[in-house]
Amino acid sequence: MIVAGIGETLYMTLGATLLGYLFGLPMGILLTVSDKDGLKPNALLYKILDVIANIVRSIPFLILLILIIPVTRLLVGKSYGPTATIVPLTAAAIPFIARMVESSLKEVDAGVIEAARSMGASDLTIIFRVILVEARTSLLTNATIAIGTILGYTAMAGAVGGGGLGDIAIRYGYHRYQMDIMFVTVILLILLVQLFQTIGMALANRLDKRR
Amino acid sequence: MSEIVIENLSKSFVTKDGTVEALKDVNISIEAGDIFGIIGMSGAGKSTLVRCMNFLEQPSKGRVLIKGKSLGDFTEKELRHQRKDIGMIFQSFNLLMQKSVLENVCFPLYIQGKKKKEARERARELLEIVGLSDKEKAYPAQLSGGQKQRVAIARALASDPKILLCDEATSALDPQTTSSILALLKDINQRFGITIVIITHQMSVVREICSHVAILKDGVVAEQGLVSDIFTNPKSAVAKELILKDIGSDSASGQDVTRSKIRSGEKIRIVFSENSAFEPVIANLVLTFQEPVNILKADTKNVGGVAKGEMILEFTKDSTHSEAMKKYLTDHGLAVGEGIDDVE
Repeated sequence: MIVAGIGETLYMTLGATLLGYLFGLPMGILLTVSDKDGLKPNALLYKILDVIANIVRSIPFLILLILIIPVTRLLVGKSYGPTATIVPLTAAAIPFIARMVESSLKEVDAGVIEAARSMGASDLTIIFRVILVEARTSLLTNATIAIGTILGYTAMAGAVGGGGLGDIAIRYGYHRYQMDIMFVTVILLILLVQLFQTIGMALANRLDKRR
Repeated sequence: MSEIVIENLSKSFVTKDGTVEALKDVNISIEAGDIFGIIGMSGAGKSTLVRCMNFLEQPSKGRVLIKGKSLGDFTEKELRHQRKDIGMIFQSFNLLMQKSVLENVCFPLYIQGKKKKEARERARELLEIVGLSDKEKAYPAQLSGGQKQRVAIARALASDPKILLCDEATSALDPQTTSSILALLKDINQRFGITIVIITHQMSVVREICSHVAILKDGVVAEQGLVSDIFTNPKSAVAKELILKDIGSDSASGQDVTRSKIRSGEKIRIVFSENSAFEPVIANLVLTFQEPVNILKADTKNVGGVAKGEMILEFTKDSTHSEAMKKYLTDHGLAVGEGIDDVE
């Protein structure tokens, strides 16, 4: 049961992170590019994305989880279980990731971007060959934080039958007072966060050529 | 045809506190193969002006012509293409910190769609030119400031530009490194015939390698012409100020200690070329007028490869002959600057 729980937690975490970046990364890029100091300032686009990100981020995850059950049913066919949980997890992750991507990309030295423009680089070249490359350490560090946060959310989803370690902790630890199982799951969750954090930081440091 | 022509160029920025006019009706023409200096104090508009030359900044008024073609008429795509002919280096180097030296130099070649192998071959040639062949695998963070600027120069040369714009390229470097970078720029100018535009606030930079100079103050060209003319005979107040700042920049002097003691009479700056150096003018001056002059500072400076002597003389406090002595010096072929009271 515990082993299956670990598997489900990993499945949900990694699935939601992957899907979150699939949409969150482009959203973060668009936020950076359309901002007033960006490559192609566009006040309207920035405002729209900004508002969307703020609305979704201001809804507590547990409420979001329940709120978008109809969408989850439409996409997955049911509203419980690990696969179904990925839908609200992704929905919560996208704006969160977009914001972190935005802040990473804005750290890139404006001088380097200017140098690329002076060489005749197009905006697309600048985004993909300059900004994303120069920001990669920060992007990776933030991805590590994102995974940790999403892992925490999967545990919350356990409250409504989301599957994974959180589900086990609530079912056995909270409803049946089996404190030992609760402890084991909590420790496992801690270990998983530690593991992702360590791997993420090691990778970020190895890729950073600034030192 | 001039390589770069700036015509009635004005640039204003809208800020919170209203409109700021960074450049006002600037007219400059730069000939092919020149090393052209643009000098001014900070905030004079130099950086804005150089960015107008490759349209990183769009002028509010006026035109920028490169080989007779106005940049303002270009489409976005044509402009990107044109920029390949105009290399640029910066005060803060602006290298890709996450890429190796070799990949940094390859970058503009990749933009042009060159194959990796071809780009690397060319990049290695360029690193050879700037003297960094042994550093191709290093990352910018491992290099000194001078080495980083060499990489930036190699990168700027990768697309075979006709023009190289240097925005305060030596301002972050120590004097020795500055000299070596300037020597490299001069070498590049002579070997490849590239027109170089140098933005700086240091007269010593202009003096060392520029043939022509424009002096900017508050967005206006105060004076422009041959460096040797302006160095010998500065007309505008800002030119004089910049030249005086340059005095003593080559060598540390104990000026501060002696300043209070020497602040008495009128001070003048004289400049002489090698022709007038044969005659002992100062000695004769003292003999003729029977009045001592104090030599506060004497130096020879390299102005575009020609040695120019420069002296600051002080007359005695109650000199009766000062006007006649100035005339004497002028008559003997020396350029005499006006009284300078507050030398920084």
